[in-house]
Amino acid sequence: MSTLEVSPVETGHEAPSGNHAPAVSNDFSIQVATVNGSGSQTANTVLLRALFQMGIPVSGKNMFPSNIAGLPTWFTIRASKDGYVARRKEIDFLVAMNPETAREDVLKLESGAAVVYDEPLKLDQLRSDLHFYPVPFDKLVAPVCPEAKLRKLVRNMIYDGVVAWLLGIEMPEVHRALVKQFGKRKAKAADLNWGAAQAGFDWAGNTLTKTDPYRVERMDRNAGKIIIDGNSACALGAMFAGVTVVTWYPITPSSSLVESLIGYLKRFRHEPETGKATYAVVQAEDELSAVGMALSAGWAGARAMTSTSGPGISLMSEFVGLGYYAELPAVIFDIQRVGPSTGLPTRTSQGDLLTTALLSHGDTHHPIFFPGTAEECFSMAVEAFDFAERFQTPVFVLSDLDLGMNSWMTEPFPYPEKPLDRGKVLTEEDLNKLGSFARYRDVDGDGIGYRTLPGTHHAAAAYFTRGSGHNDKAQYTEREDDYRNNMDRLARKFETMRRYVPAPLLDRREGARVGLISIGSSGFAVAESSDQLWKEYGIATDCLRLRAYPFTEDLKAFVQGCERVYVVEQNRDAQLLGLMRLELEPELIAKLRSVRYYGGLPLDARTLTDEVVRQEMERA
Amino acid sequence: MSTTLNPPSTQKKTNRLGLEVLNYKGSKTTLCAGCGHNSISERIVECFYEMGVEPWQVAKLSGIGCSSKSPAYFLGQSHGFNGVHGRMPSIATGALLANRNLIGLGVTGDGDTASIGIGQFMHLLRRNLPMIYIIENNGVYGLTKGQFSATADLGSTLKTGAPNQLPPFDCCVLALQWGATFVARSFSGDKRQLQALLKAAIAHRGLSVIDVISPCVTFNDHEGSTKSYSYVQDHEEALHELEFVPYYSEIAVDIAEGGVQEVELHDGSRLRIRKLDRQYDPTSRMGALAALETAEAQGEVLTGLLYVNTAKPTLLDLLNLIEEPLSTLPENRVRPTRAVLEQVMEELT
Ligand SMILES: Cc1ncc(C[n+]2csc(CCOP(=O)(O)OP(=O)(O)O)c2C)c(N)n1
Ligand code: SF4
Ligand SMILES: [Mg+2]
Repeated sequence: MSTLEVSPVETGHEAPSGNHAPAVSNDFSIQVATVNGSGSQTANTVLLRALFQMGIPVSGKNMFPSNIAGLPTWFTIRASKDGYVARRKEIDFLVAMNPETAREDVLKLESGAAVVYDEPLKLDQLRSDLHFYPVPFDKLVAPVCPEAKLRKLVRNMIYDGVVAWLLGIEMPEVHRALVKQFGKRKAKAADLNWGAAQAGFDWAGNTLTKTDPYRVERMDRNAGKIIIDGNSACALGAMFAGVTVVTWYPITPSSSLVESLIGYLKRFRHEPETGKATYAVVQAEDELSAVGMALSAGWAGARAMTSTSGPGISLMSEFVGLGYYAELPAVIFDIQRVGPSTGLPTRTSQGDLLTTALLSHGDTHHPIFFPGTAEECFSMAVEAFDFAERFQTPVFVLSDLDLGMNSWMTEPFPYPEKPLDRGKVLTEEDLNKLGSFARYRDVDGDGIGYRTLPGTHHAAAAYFTRGSGHNDKAQYTEREDDYRNNMDRLARKFETMRRYVPAPLLDRREGARVGLISIGSSGFAVAESSDQLWKEYGIATDCLRLRAYPFTEDLKAFVQGCERVYVVEQNRDAQLLGLMRLELEPELIAKLRSVRYYGGLPLDARTLTDEVVRQEMERA
Repeated sequence: MSTTLNPPSTQKKTNRLGLEVLNYKGSKTTLCAGCGHNSISERIVECFYEMGVEPWQVAKLSGIGCSSKSPAYFLGQSHGFNGVHGRMPSIATGALLANRNLIGLGVTGDGDTASIGIGQFMHLLRRNLPMIYIIENNGVYGLTKGQFSATADLGSTLKTGAPNQLPPFDCCVLALQWGATFVARSFSGDKRQLQALLKAAIAHRGLSVIDVISPCVTFNDHEGSTKSYSYVQDHEEALHELEFVPYYSEIAVDIAEGGVQEVELHDGSRLRIRKLDRQYDPTSRMGALAALETAEAQGEVLTGLLYVNTAKPTLLDLLNLIEEPLSTLPENRVRPTRAVLEQVMEELT
């Protein structure tokens, strides 16, 4: 067995002649079908990283069940020389490791796809229009992994070796990726896995004849880039925003955000001299409590946050309404997933738009940020904390399972240069000068009052925080004029936000009369679809990706400039379009059409293109 | 309908901070005249004044109910937060996480704590958050006009005569079982005892739960109610006599008398516990539970300090927090350096 010290052999196999179809280089997707709990995650990450290190744009998506072990799971890696990172519907290269789904997985493939599979499954009997590569995994794993109970895990690395040979992935990159994955501390495990990868590679070289057209070629599109999932990016953003209080309740797909944050805080937010923490993390008993703690921590001056998904948002409803009326800052991350209860908790969606925008009873409106890339997960997390304190209100950061839990290539995050914005907080010295203050008075005309923090050493600092029934001095009142004044000021504050939220991103195409509007992770599919629409159908489209609610004036201008606009979203009920209806004039609303996808998988460009084309044809 | 909460203060009399009792008052109460909650507010004003607590360091926290409204009627120079029904424990937790130097003073009702809020209450107990948690227990929902709460005694009747058929939660039993480190029961009409307990709770570091029977004169003071003034007066059974000796007191305390047990509290103050007719050791949790069980069987309302534990770490201790409030840390202590971001980015390449 080779060890890590020995530097791995050069790949150098003669590329087997793909005698049927012309070579397809750096443009395909690999799907690995396994059983969850079988430890395939490492092998899949190594494969992804090796491609990434070869400079080829990649994205990785894990489609996993709501289950701990034993159910089917699929990991998809897309390599795209053009830099498309949305899900690709078609699978070109299948690694069939799961006997339960192998048959269906193979039957679903398009003609010409390649299949690496466990020999005993005899998948080659199912179809004759695919490239089959049977691999005797059990025979190969035994010699490289003497310890029988580890074989189930190590077996996966064998397909990495086989796939590397078939696609021409450079083995030194596989090696580098493995070392990175295991770190220095787990050198022994890395060693074992490297042995398996090499065994797979060598066996394939000696045994297989390549017949499929897919291959990789080194590029240099990834220099300096990183790979990260959106949840870790949000976590980093929160840490660099100076978060001090984190309260949460575990839920997929949001848990990894806080877990990753805890990891970073432990490393970077203890004072060197004392080892003491400059943050507090509390796992609450439920989301209701989690948000109560976060809002109250915000009230008392902390940079506070919680993170959850749809079911948690539902529980937070009453408290978030109080947050709106009592004007309490906190950042609420919502990593969206599908439906309540046992409702595809491990599938993605953009279904919490209306809920979060209007959460709670009475007239409530909440600002929402829509990060659409890993980089925005970071930068918007930073910004959300400033925004919450500036506007003294709960702020939602609406991500989703696709963005949050999958792996994305991105430029390294820039260090936040803007100093922390702690908003309008009066200190003891301010009060000495002012003598007194009125908590909810609109002194500056922007709808935002001044607040004091509990613990401020001044006789005039205190005020009483409660729901909607208060005058501008925070005294209880049920007077009609006081109530209306306060409501109008809150509306004014919301209008002010419009000018400070992240502006949409516009991508124009010469001569376009059709618009595509999207939010969040849909943007990847929209960009690719826009290219498809142009190249394949000659339909030129302008793309607008909204990045926040309330919408900015750019939305109006965009719709005005288009003949018709497709609003693209990942839910059944056209929630984004619904929110736009609340704000736009009738003649603009009349231009809006809806494209919705709600199958639980990340939106892909082909689905979108087909639907836009269908609607365009219908019109014609 | 409203009453004046506090007796007129003696002129210019000040506490050790140089503050007058006026500095500890709140706005005029809007609760019913004779409501037990008003007496508790008065005790709070007296105790915080007499103890010389800095009012700006106090955070008043409450849920929803007549009881939860009362923080507006005391400590007007303290920040107050009237939260949502049953969720005071979470707002208390958040506030103290943000600023560990705040003195958390929670006021809640039996409906707020034992009905809608029992989940948060239990978890607060488990966390031993250092704060004072006063349950103004009248056995009914006052603010929604007289429905039974989960602390209404079995067989106790509504004004209409309808009997309560379900057994009550005893908040002191819950507090003892789930981790509070200071557990007491008192009666809004027992001025001396309530004062001593409140002061001791201020001096204690840990979660102090004081369940105060606080009759609702409007909805639950009739014959047949076991939370009426007359019922509690007839059935109160004090465990002991309490004398609070603050740490700054110059009065020398007599050396151990027979029948007097002393408990030293976090700030150095002492609680002198004088035995009445029974042997009772407030440092024994099992003893406290047994005493409550017996009292319940005999229809007695057992009052006094049921349990105290001065050694158990609080949530804030377990979090290994820095000494100063997290809320006001400057940017350079909460935003890691450029080098840290570069390091993390490097790891992800
Ligand atoms: C979510 C919610 N449900 C119901 C109510 C109505 N409500 C207000 S106060 C209250 C009961 C208060 O009882 P308690 O806590 O015992 O206080 P008391 O008025 O008796 O002092 C109820 C049910 C509410 N405010 N919020
Ligand atoms: S209704 Fe009862 S609890 Fe409420 S203020 Fe009146 S007496 Fe007190
Ligand atoms: Mg009550």
